[in-house]
Amino acid sequence: MTTPSDNLTRRRLLMALPLAGAGVAGVAFWKMLDGMEHGSFNPHDINTPVLNRTVPDFTLAPLPPADGFTAQDLQQITKPVLVNFFASWCIPCLAEMPTLMMLKDKLDMWGIAYKDKPENAASFLRHSGNPFTRLGDDHAGRAGIEWGISGVPETFLVGPGGVIRWHTATPLTENTINKVLLPLVHRVQTP
Amino acid sequence: MTLHRKLAALLVGLALMATPVLVLAVDDPSEMLANPQQEARAQAIGAQLRCLVCQNESIEDSSAGLARDLRRVVREHVAKGENNQQVMDWMVSRYGNFIRLRPALSVGTLLLWAMPVLALLIGVGTAFLFYRRRAAAPPPPPLTEEEKARLARLTKD
Repeated sequence: MTTPSDNLTRRRLLMALPLAGAGVAGVAFWKMLDGMEHGSFNPHDINTPVLNRTVPDFTLAPLPPADGFTAQDLQQITKPVLVNFFASWCIPCLAEMPTLMMLKDKLDMWGIAYKDKPENAASFLRHSGNPFTRLGDDHAGRAGIEWGISGVPETFLVGPGGVIRWHTATPLTENTINKVLLPLVHRVQTP
Repeated sequence: MTLHRKLAALLVGLALMATPVLVLAVDDPSEMLANPQQEARAQAIGAQLRCLVCQNESIEDSSAGLARDLRRVVREHVAKGENNQQVMDWMVSRYGNFIRLRPALSVGTLLLWAMPVLALLIGVGTAFLFYRRRAAAPPPPPLTEEEKARLARLTKD
């Protein structure tokens, strides 16, 4: 049995409903923008199914001056490794290099030159600095397809045992590194 | 040159301009498989695969480098004798469902298709419940003296 005053409170509650809905939508939108700013959410990212899977099988030609690597090498790592696909013809990769150079003391980085001439990739690394301890040459782009990349630069964080923990299809920024990548490296390192 | 000849030349020219539109995108004939049946199947699979670079074209329509590489992969798998599903699965395991231009039927997509019907059912159900509750509710109690006085005050003028 409802009394008139019950009806009144119910009507007030119903009127507050759209307001509450707008509030919730606002908070969700703010969280989305915040994630985009810090690199934890990227609407343009193609959902790569390799996440939380072991690294795919791939073959790379060696690319001097560093040693090459295979999927087996990545499966045997005990500390996280950042795998970065780059190319000398890719301007965002060039822009990304100073950031990678800053990161090189904090994280082991292995590079893959994607669809590049070996001599161009080598000269690119001579000019921009070489943050990579291992280097591979994916001249035909087949390793890139195995990893599911659609362009360069793309970066993967591989955890101990060769499990892919994180992926981004945009150039790394200091913000992403400090807010997302390094905390994740810390978590992956201490299981 | 007679008018007929001019017209014929014009027609031939127009036909030539129209031809590239009819041919599917493989821009280098050496890409194509020698077996026409296999080539047709590879084209049918490729037309269902999204070019990850241009995103709204199929790999058969796109001239992006990655699309060319993926066309080659499709043809290798077809030449090996794999069926369409196997090739599609190979692609989806690397690039996710996004690579399908026609999304697969899953719980999520099924829910999407059923949403208009579900929304209508929920709306009709809610309206029906409200209606029944209102019909079942007893008439409001008579006004108290206090309320009568207030009503009189409000309707005085």
